[in-house]
Amino acid sequence: MTAPRIPDASPAVSPPGVRGPKRRGVELVLLLGAALISVCGYAEVGLAHDGAVPPDAARYGAGLGLLALLAHLAVRFRAPYADPLLLPIAVLLNGLGLVLIYRLDLETPRDQAATTQLVWSTLGVALFIVVVLLLRDHRALQGYAYVCVAAALALMILPIFFPAVNGARIWIRIGGLSFQPGEFAKILLAVFFAAYLSANLSALAYAGRRIWRFQFPTWRVLGPVVAIWLLSVGVLVLERDLGTSLLFFGLFVIMLYVATGRTGWIAIGLLLAAAGAFLIGSVEPHVHSRVQDWLDPYASIRAGEGPGQLAQSLFSFAAGGMLGTGLGLGHSVLIGFATKSDFILATAGEELGFVGLTALFLLYALFVARGYRAGLSLRDPFGRLLAVGLASIVALQVFVIAGGVMGLIPLTGMAMPFLAQGGSSVVTNWVIVALLVRVSDSARAPQPETADTGEPARVEAGR
Amino acid sequence: MIRYIRRAAALCLLLLVALLVNAVRVMLVEAEELDANPANRRSAIAHWAEPRGEIVVDGRPVTGSRDSGQQLRWERTYRRGPLYAPVTGYASQTYGTTMLEHAEDALLAGTDPVLAPLPLWNDLTRGRSPGGDVVTTIRASMQEAAYRGLDGKRGAVVALEPSSGRILALVSSPSYEPGVLSGTGADVKDAWARLTASPHQPLLNRALRQTYPPGSTFKIVTAAAALDSGVVRDVDAPTDTPDPFVLPGTRQVLPNEARGCEDASLAYALQWSCNTVMAGLGVDVGLEGMVGAAERFGFDDPSLRVPSWVAKSNFDREMSPDQLALSSIGQFDTTATPLQMAMVAAAVANTGEIARPYLVDRRTTSGGTTVDRTPRRPYRQAMNPSTALQLQRLMVRAVEEGTGSNAAIPGARVGGKTGTAQHGFGNTGTPYAWFIAWAQAEDSARPAVAVAVVVEDAEAARTDISGGGSAAPIARDVMREALRLEAEARAAPGAPGAFGAPRASGTTPPARPRGAPGARTPESAPSPPSRELPVTRPRGAPGSDARTRGTG
Repeated sequence: MTAPRIPDASPAVSPPGVRGPKRRGVELVLLLGAALISVCGYAEVGLAHDGAVPPDAARYGAGLGLLALLAHLAVRFRAPYADPLLLPIAVLLNGLGLVLIYRLDLETPRDQAATTQLVWSTLGVALFIVVVLLLRDHRALQGYAYVCVAAALALMILPIFFPAVNGARIWIRIGGLSFQPGEFAKILLAVFFAAYLSANLSALAYAGRRIWRFQFPTWRVLGPVVAIWLLSVGVLVLERDLGTSLLFFGLFVIMLYVATGRTGWIAIGLLLAAAGAFLIGSVEPHVHSRVQDWLDPYASIRAGEGPGQLAQSLFSFAAGGMLGTGLGLGHSVLIGFATKSDFILATAGEELGFVGLTALFLLYALFVARGYRAGLSLRDPFGRLLAVGLASIVALQVFVIAGGVMGLIPLTGMAMPFLAQGGSSVVTNWVIVALLVRVSDSARAPQPETADTGEPARVEAGR
Repeated sequence: MIRYIRRAAALCLLLLVALLVNAVRVMLVEAEELDANPANRRSAIAHWAEPRGEIVVDGRPVTGSRDSGQQLRWERTYRRGPLYAPVTGYASQTYGTTMLEHAEDALLAGTDPVLAPLPLWNDLTRGRSPGGDVVTTIRASMQEAAYRGLDGKRGAVVALEPSSGRILALVSSPSYEPGVLSGTGADVKDAWARLTASPHQPLLNRALRQTYPPGSTFKIVTAAAALDSGVVRDVDAPTDTPDPFVLPGTRQVLPNEARGCEDASLAYALQWSCNTVMAGLGVDVGLEGMVGAAERFGFDDPSLRVPSWVAKSNFDREMSPDQLALSSIGQFDTTATPLQMAMVAAAVANTGEIARPYLVDRRTTSGGTTVDRTPRRPYRQAMNPSTALQLQRLMVRAVEEGTGSNAAIPGARVGGKTGTAQHGFGNTGTPYAWFIAWAQAEDSARPAVAVAVVVEDAEAARTDISGGGSAAPIARDVMREALRLEAEARAAPGAPGAFGAPRASGTTPPARPRGAPGARTPESAPSPPSRELPVTRPRGAPGSDARTRGTG
């Protein structure tokens, strides 16, 4: 990255001391690249499938470019020091997701999802702009910790009163639109965890009893966190959404570890998780069948019932091989159910191959790494925990769903961030990007005064 | 806290590595196994994604493709399907492929690497060439003549060009419409159930895959063995065989349909089909000699491909003398496909040498560029050339004034042999009527066609004449058509060969007896008739009269 410095970073406003460049120009170039790659993918799908570029390719490209430009302007005006990679990666993943969904729409004429997804993406970007414009300082969120947790619980409880869809009570249907409130709850929970843990940092780290080699914090401090966590997990188990449950658990353990540094918590957390997973896996029939599928994806073939969903997904990945069949030329639609949502990665694997899939994974990894980087650079514990929490949400979600559809871990229903069909997921992910842009702006912006964090101010090293 | 964030980041890195390692496992290591899983529909989808190449008879495709719009998209159609079904077979989305559709599947489907513009090109681009065409050796008019002749009766006809091995007609009856098996719907399953349940077994390719007891037509093989081994030196000399003939080691008497067979000569025995004489000669030749002779004609060869797979014709390798006697007249465990018996006739016509039979003249790309051409390849030397010439004379006599008179064609030299094979428990089934023959135009240097006809439900009585009655007229019509085509080809200047086969420079004109001195082992007797070359006769050569009457 050797882009020239942006002219508006005039020395007049820069305070004395070392500061990072804004790199807004880099972001703009990368955004154009992201939009261009998406349009190329869109055109390639049309060429491979019908032998002609889709007639609305230019419109699609212009729309995506406009969205990216608006988001960029918002960042330029309100978060000029934000990490320049976050927004382009999000746009690229969202654009590729639209391409993949459009590509699958060609195989399912009765189920068109790309347009809806585009509307949701627009909504997501709008929300991104709103958050970036309105939220001037992420520390403002710290004061809403209990509002956040109350809202999160309400959102998670709400779907219980709505009919179950595909065996999971995680949907709210109003009119023609369905919404998955649990998706949004994960951000609220991350904010709450970050706020609560940062407020009780010293109490968690230094107070409490010591039992054998592990030091436990006092129940007075830890109690509320565990209670709320248990409640949320309980609600999820009732709703049978195991993927999200697993995500919350992982998020909780990681944030607790980062806040306290207690390895013991990780050990206890993992033990609890293993015990819980075993219990649920052997008791709950829905989950039990998923585990059986994972242990032997080809059992149904031997039983003469044809390949199951996971076997079809693995066939799809295998058909991709090293370089893939090319966009629009695979047969991932054979998976049948949830091709555009949970199994969208199979289409990417089959048509883009191992190379393309690796590129996708690396994009996610880069996104997560930028989030962690912001967490490392920040001076306030709340911001650090928030950045780590938000980045971990993306990392865990990618692992749980990608590992699930590729047979690494038992399959749990969850949306691949940005790629998969699903309005609530896309909107939520755009809010995550907005929050990460906000904290990264704080992390990289020149400090007007020494932050009152109780730690010595750290000098940014270049970059 | 920074240290813990770094550790958490390391955990995320670990998750990424786990995902990538797992991706390598699924997408690269196990990929081949998963691709080959029978439950994986991808290979089937790719297989039917493009129209197949065509199978061509006499310059016109007998196949076609229609777009079904289904997952297995292009379905096969056939022009005159029942007529060509034994040649093409079927290509079904549900039941797979058979015959040429099976043997040439890779070319027809476009996966054969010979179709790729550059080596490994299709592997690299994951593309697939348009399906190539298969040009057959079948002649439409002969095929139709044979099909018309069988007229729905159960049976089969195979016609070969003796000099090249080209299969000119390949008919099995009753036949079926292969197009009804194209596709995946319920009607395809119904059609399959109907065809497989039919007592007439229309799906059975009787020409290549059904073996029948060859009956008296096998006497040609026995006669060749007797002459080659020196058991008979003069075809016109009386043999020492009683009538009635008691099977060695038993009290069973072998009946004769013909008269005057006691001590009859080989010539008389072939002309009138004497069971006693041929059974006796077979026993005289001995088990080893008879097995060797049968194998030289192609019996007991399970590996014959034309390129469709051909059922093994059987001649037992271990038998008691009475079983050998019965086997020598084409009974007991001796069975043969119609193609095998056509090869027997072709061996006599082609002076002892059998050219490897083949059905595919050449294979082309979809654009018509020839990819490869089936060369003429020798299959086996069935007998000495002089033996073949003597047998030609005897077979001609059987047609001119013997059992095969129904096969005579004015203006042509026709040799034939009838056969009636009894079968069923206690020989109670309707006998199979056989006729094998070859024909040579008077002004031609070599026989143009060899043919074998078998009719299962011949209505004639259980006499040897039934072969001449039911099967010989069919053979005659097919041969007449062959002679007409040959004459046409000769009339057209610059025509490559009688049946479109290019005459390779190395191919010896078959009219000249093969087997120059040194090319043969000294044991093989008698030596070829040749005026220019000194005759080497190591031991016990037959009388010279046999040679002087050789045809030229």
